[in-house]
Amino acid sequence: MFRKFTKEDIHSRSKVKSSVQRNLKSKLVSQFPQLEEVIDELIQKKSQIELIKCEDKIQLYTVDGEVYFFQQFDELIPTLKLIHKYPQAFPTIQVDRGAIKFVLSGANIMCPGLTSPGARLPETPGYEKDSIIIINAENKEHALAVGKLLMSTDDIASINKGHGVEMIHHLGDPLWNFNID
Amino acid sequence: MLQEVVYCGVCTFPPEYCEFTGKLKRCKVWLKENHSDLYEKLYGDEEVGDKEVSGVAKNLADSSIGEEREEKLEKDLKRLQTKQENREQRELAKKLSSKVVIKREARTKRKFIVAISGLEVFEVDMKKLAKTFASKFATGCSVSKNAEKKDEVVIQGDVLEEVQKHIKGMLEEKGLKDVKMEIIDSAKKKKQPEGAEGAPATNGKK
Repeated sequence: MFRKFTKEDIHSRSKVKSSVQRNLKSKLVSQFPQLEEVIDELIQKKSQIELIKCEDKIQLYTVDGEVYFFQQFDELIPTLKLIHKYPQAFPTIQVDRGAIKFVLSGANIMCPGLTSPGARLPETPGYEKDSIIIINAENKEHALAVGKLLMSTDDIASINKGHGVEMIHHLGDPLWNFNID
Repeated sequence: MLQEVVYCGVCTFPPEYCEFTGKLKRCKVWLKENHSDLYEKLYGDEEVGDKEVSGVAKNLADSSIGEEREEKLEKDLKRLQTKQENREQRELAKKLSSKVVIKREARTKRKFIVAISGLEVFEVDMKKLAKTFASKFATGCSVSKNAEKKDEVVIQGDVLEEVQKHIKGMLEEKGLKDVKMEIIDSAKKKKQPEGAEGAPATNGKK
């Protein structure tokens, strides 16, 4: 999604009202229920959320100068900055060491990279198709990408062919390097 | 409850991913200086014994993708690193060989503008620089295209020397010393009454 993303893609910046901020927080919690206990710490009451509208209807939300999440359609997607702070709250899958290189250059994740011995998929029932997941790597502590499942995790395990996860945001992409001022 | 994650100062990734960026050498130096505990954890065992061999062996031990693929990956990473290094060197060479042009031009009688060009190589944000100059010298300052269709910063007012100092300081902060600077002073200074053309001009004004 952020293959190309520069300052020119920004259309407007505006501060978010505190009422909208409350809504955003509750929406985040409803999407990722485990965020509830830390949400007040993540987005403190006094902090100022800014809304940055960009090309292709992408909207970034920054909290105190850092992009924490964004949305293109209805769904809020956390950025890696947020994920690194509280990774437990998000559904996670793991890729093997051989895949890291490709993930970091922005490739979609293929099923075999998710089913090999170094990788890890959740046990059944697993995650639904189209859900937002974070991608971790073998022997690594922190997440390296955010993606969207193109098929359910059960299907990934059974079919084991083709694209499994659509890349949304990864370490080193323009959004990661993006600096708001 | 929230985790604080250390990000590498060189490649901005969490340090465990430094090896995939091709800047590993510089990342290691940075990590050693700033977070020696993390450095120990990530690269500690490599220090002991033969560097190369133990590094590969360690990765192999806790990786599951098989010897062959691990070797290939290792090779790819090395190649990436050399590539990156070459690129950095090229960029540095380019930076050192290019020069900043600071030009002073006369507008009307006692008004001057100072135009700075050639900064784009150094990854300077022109707009921001213009803003700083505008507030620093309390004058108008903007970015515009010059005759060669390149961006330049135009400052209203006679601030040639100050600008020169500022830019020198700025480049040194980026670790670039001895960048060539070309000063073009197409307008004569009022201060120097001597000189072939300077004198009559000042006399004329009186």
